[in-house]
Amino acid sequence: MNSDKITRIVLYSFSFLIILVAGGMVFSLVGGAIPAIKTFGLQFIWSNVWDPTEGSENYGALPFIAGTLITSFVALILCLPLSLATSLFLGEYFRNTRIARIIGLMVDLLAGIPSIVYGLWGFYVLRPFLIDMGFENQGFGVFTSSLILAIMIIPYATSLGNEIISMVPNDLKEAAYSMGATRMEVISTVILPTARSGIFAGYILAFGRALGETMAVTMLIGNSNRVPDSFFGTGNTMASVIANQFGEADGLKLSSLIVIGLLLFLITGIVNGIGKLIIKKMG
Amino acid sequence: MRTIITFVLALALLNSCQNTGKKKTEDGKEKSSVALTAAGATFPMPFYNMVFKNYTNETGVQLTYGGIGSGGGIRSLTDKVVDFGATDAYLEDDKLAEMPAEILHIPTCLGAVVIAYNLPGIDELKLSNDLLLGIFMGEITKWNDAAIQSNNPGVSFPDLAITFIHRSDGSGTTHIFSDYMSKISEKWAAQIGTGKSLNWPVGMGAKGNPGVAGTIQQTTGSIGYIGSEYAFAQKIQTAKIQNSSGAYVLPSIESVSAAAQGEIPADTRVMLTNSSDPAAYPISGFTWIIFYKEQAYNDRSLEQAEGTLKFLDWLISEKAQTEASKVNYSPLPAKAVSLSKEILRTATYNGKPVLK
Repeated sequence: MNSDKITRIVLYSFSFLIILVAGGMVFSLVGGAIPAIKTFGLQFIWSNVWDPTEGSENYGALPFIAGTLITSFVALILCLPLSLATSLFLGEYFRNTRIARIIGLMVDLLAGIPSIVYGLWGFYVLRPFLIDMGFENQGFGVFTSSLILAIMIIPYATSLGNEIISMVPNDLKEAAYSMGATRMEVISTVILPTARSGIFAGYILAFGRALGETMAVTMLIGNSNRVPDSFFGTGNTMASVIANQFGEADGLKLSSLIVIGLLLFLITGIVNGIGKLIIKKMG
Repeated sequence: MRTIITFVLALALLNSCQNTGKKKTEDGKEKSSVALTAAGATFPMPFYNMVFKNYTNETGVQLTYGGIGSGGGIRSLTDKVVDFGATDAYLEDDKLAEMPAEILHIPTCLGAVVIAYNLPGIDELKLSNDLLLGIFMGEITKWNDAAIQSNNPGVSFPDLAITFIHRSDGSGTTHIFSDYMSKISEKWAAQIGTGKSLNWPVGMGAKGNPGVAGTIQQTTGSIGYIGSEYAFAQKIQTAKIQNSSGAYVLPSIESVSAAAQGEIPADTRVMLTNSSDPAAYPISGFTWIIFYKEQAYNDRSLEQAEGTLKFLDWLISEKAQTEASKVNYSPLPAKAVSLSKEILRTATYNGKPVLK
């Protein structure tokens, strides 16, 4: 057998393996989800009861869907100004300078910190700080979780935007400058419009990351299985409830948790789909 | 789930196989090459870790324990991937009937659920049954509530909101706690009930004993329930609970032992909560080991069956039981030990009793 053939066989079989793994995941999720879907039907999605008491078992995903979407959206909004500013700083104002390299390194470092460390920092530092500031009574809840998520997703939103901004052709910028544009005008009329699809892609990536984040959120959101009653109230997210309850779950509860996993899978897929669509339109 | 457990246990087995090569124990006695695998409750883990190691040193029998939770322990035994399982909640009759074959329970030690709180400067807190209910059902929301004040004369309580911290994961600790609450109140039994995880009307969740203890420690005005083995080891401040004789009792190795002095049924499946013994701490309970009555299954050898039962017989012997209090568990009372010995002797291999 020649080396070309071997390479091809290896490539084909490994690519096929990916399909097998992804397909197998969906298959086992759907298989595990069937009992809960049969019992609760579509109502599972908007029912806000989570009652694991034996004899009166009743499960609904609304508290967790709400918790996941609220914390992720708020985190995205909080991270937007920060990451855009950092992207511009790194990709335009101080491109290729020592300070940009240092800050870029710090941003990359943020991405490498394990989420449990964010959780601990949030628990021991951020939470007491918020209590002292008088924001919150106990410091647990949607707001604290969103804040920690916002910090966690900065690197994802920043690094892509920074790359794209620094790739905006110099010819374009120089043309704008030669027509008397100020730096602010160059940014708002040349750089951002040219780079917007890339910047947006970074935000989608960041949002996806916030949706699936588990450890840091579970330590700060309060894990009460209710739809959050206020911005500072406690709640729970989809990933967090799975991480918390999977170990001791069986029967209908196990199946309901798997449905939540499947829904999270779907939501992430939909978000990515919409994101791709918008990026295409922008491009 | 099943495949994950099988995989983890296979790894554990593999690991123990490597060790069986060394046939010498510390005192150089004759070694056994039996390797036992078990999985289940995390609550008795510190105890099991310690005595399992002692037993290996003594006999050469390799023991592996996976702390995957009571539910996981029951599942592993159902799937027959372990020699015995461990659980904090005994199997009810309907669950027993669902098992592939008859299984037996033996208790191995006693633990309790303590009520921990964070009120700076307040060293003693007495909680009557009514106060427990009021606080944990969300009817009493402030520490300076008149009901708390009148039950603790001489203590000045701050004007502070009560934050209830419960477990966010399923747990035998929650089961014992809610079992007690259901016994002292019909309202609790009807609205919240008993279980490893519950539909809490108030409060927020934290994962595991360390999670609850850490959150309480960090939150002024909080109160919650924690497994005694963890609370004692960490020297966490606990409340005195009123037992059914009316006395206020602080949880301790002795007061937990006192809870097991009453009647124990022949199959040892009993919740010890709400003991009427005046010295007993009322939120106490057994933790169990479960195994198949017929030990010949899945091509297990007679040697394996003997190894399993001999070890369990040793686990309830005085030698192992005296170790329990070193890691903050209460040893079994004599009655429970003699019942368990009888139960172990009903186990068979191909219909013949294994232990004499």
